[in-house]
Amino acid sequence: MILHPAALALMLIALLVSGMGIYAGYYGMRILRYWNPACGSEQQLELERRTYLISTIMSYILSFELISLFLFIYTADDLHTLFTGAMCAAGTLAVNSFGYPTLLIKIINFLLAGIWLILNYTDNRGYDYPLIRVKYILLTLIVPLLVLESGLLCAYFAELKPDIITSCCGSLFSHESGGFSGDLASLPYRQTRIVFFICMAITVCSGLVFYVALTNRIRALTGLFSAQKVQQKFSDILKCGGGYLFSIAAAVTFLVACASVVSFICLYFYELPTHHCPFCILQKEYHYVGYLLYATIFGGAVAGIGAGVLQPFRKTGSLVRIIPDIQRRLVLITLVCYLLFTLITVWKMIFSALKLA
Amino acid sequence: MNQALERHLNILDFTLASLLRRRAKNLSLLAIYLLVVFMLASLAFFVTALKKEATIILSGAPDMIVQRLMAGRQDLVPADYAVEIAKIRGVTAVRPRLWGYYYDALNGANYTIMASEDPAVVPGSATIGAGVAKARNLAVGDLLPLISYDKSPVMLEINSIYPHGADLAAADLIVISPDDFHQLFNFPGGQATDLAVTVRNPKEMSTVAAKIAGTFPDSRPILKSEIQRTYQSIFDWRGGMTLILLTSALISFIIFAWDKATGLSADERKEIGILKSIGWETSDVLLLKFWEGLVISLTAFLLGVVLAYGHVFLLSAPLFAQALKGWSVIYPRFQLVPVVDAYQLSVLFFLTVVPYTTATIIPCWRAATIDPDAAMRY
Repeated sequence: MILHPAALALMLIALLVSGMGIYAGYYGMRILRYWNPACGSEQQLELERRTYLISTIMSYILSFELISLFLFIYTADDLHTLFTGAMCAAGTLAVNSFGYPTLLIKIINFLLAGIWLILNYTDNRGYDYPLIRVKYILLTLIVPLLVLESGLLCAYFAELKPDIITSCCGSLFSHESGGFSGDLASLPYRQTRIVFFICMAITVCSGLVFYVALTNRIRALTGLFSAQKVQQKFSDILKCGGGYLFSIAAAVTFLVACASVVSFICLYFYELPTHHCPFCILQKEYHYVGYLLYATIFGGAVAGIGAGVLQPFRKTGSLVRIIPDIQRRLVLITLVCYLLFTLITVWKMIFSALKLA
Repeated sequence: MNQALERHLNILDFTLASLLRRRAKNLSLLAIYLLVVFMLASLAFFVTALKKEATIILSGAPDMIVQRLMAGRQDLVPADYAVEIAKIRGVTAVRPRLWGYYYDALNGANYTIMASEDPAVVPGSATIGAGVAKARNLAVGDLLPLISYDKSPVMLEINSIYPHGADLAAADLIVISPDDFHQLFNFPGGQATDLAVTVRNPKEMSTVAAKIAGTFPDSRPILKSEIQRTYQSIFDWRGGMTLILLTSALISFIIFAWDKATGLSADERKEIGILKSIGWETSDVLLLKFWEGLVISLTAFLLGVVLAYGHVFLLSAPLFAQALKGWSVIYPRFQLVPVVDAYQLSVLFFLTVVPYTTATIIPCWRAATIDPDAAMRY
């Protein structure tokens, strides 16, 4: 057990989040079961009131979730001094078998939390609870993951015994080491680099086309454009699943970008062709640039996937006019985030002292 | 976009007015909130500052210290150990050190006596720390009498006093020449208290330590990084322990916040009832409550942090010093170096604002979903 203030804060948050999650999940299931907007019974009235509570609880706990991911990584990085052989978060997380699973589940929860908040925001804009079922089905999926995350986090800190010799990031992410992290590092940087730029290009192009199509759709809906003109120009794109294409591209690019960070991007920052650690870039020596890199790819991924998740509901009741506007903003967020990420990468590739042939 | 911003601004405006209307209730909440943030922030600042202080002091420590053990206790190191260790590849220098503790029966204090090869410290003279100077009322040029182990007096003339800035490392220090050291403690020749080893490449430190332990099985090499790690974990542990003790205060505060949020006064109920009957929706009232919580939390958080900063870095943390610093007859006076970073502040935020917010969600929702007629009939 480690009595570090940040560890205590993280455990406190984990317990609060899972406790409130269970509470919200219980009422979420009741809503899924008994929800009937056509009925004016006392129970329905009570459930309608509960939706406000659950939305509020989930907005809070999911926002905490978003911040706590970064706090967790920073804490893991900060604690590395306590363990022999650990040089950054990579070593601290490898101290026991709960570290990496906690991080992984935190990342999954981060993405799901973002998508849930987008769904909730959209649902609140419609007057007739249009996405209530989808929202609460997703909620019942998220709650067990939140509880699992809290369990893993507490187990991780409880099992953390200072002065254990852990493997340092150099050996964990070097070509020789086996396992998942080793596989990432051993991705050939030339091919990864090409795949990364192709994925970015596809996402940005599909995003721009989708953005223009959405803008025209909004103009048509508000009567600025004749609907016929839109039909001719861009409805094909919307019909052919331009939104889905963009969303899938954004999700794939997220995974490729994560792999690229380990495979080649970090090399330019460390100016060392053998050091593949994805955590050292979070340290002061590299001006905390890792936080910016991760914030942009995570933010871009949540917005991009969110835009695709809203796509099936674009014709649902009161959302016809609302969804294109929200989707357009999400596309813009993804484009800005991903372009910023690419810009930092390209800037470092040009100005780094390391040149990968 | 502008419309949404305007909505928030209007609700914030209304929130501030309504908070001011119930001044007494909100001020009492704010005061307790402030106290909790102040305590936790003082603790966080103090622990981080001590850790920083330890890092600064240890940065000048030797890379590795080699001690010799005899029956599990530390013993003197023969000089030939130093010669053998210097032969290990990668070792730049080995310096035998002579130091010990001297108990002063006059005032019950323990001094750290150290022998220095520095030519400025000639036999019969000493450089002392400011703590020693104060305890014995000494100035430069005065004589400091010490009693040697064979009961003969050793007279030392003070040639300089370390400034107060060096107190943390040197408050109880007396630096004398090796000759005086041997005489004072009746210390055998050809021996040292321990060896300070310098290694050129820090990455080779553990290999060199393993070689030393292999060559001299009775030796104990201690790395600087081990000492640093120990200090870090000790301060973290002390901070964590105090935090656990403060948990009861935190829990009381959460219960208090819950109670305040649940106990809506008749006026408040009426206000919400009127707002809803003139067209406010549940989500608007929830937004109002959200802003209310945010205004109180941010005010308490910012004020608490600023007060804690003054408490720790200007007044040297009188409330926590006793629990966290330890004690001694000659205790160094030191001004902590201010260290505040975003990490500490976010940990503090998680420890105070998040529990407060969580405790008030359900009461706020209850308040926001009151039926207007029921509320006004109250």
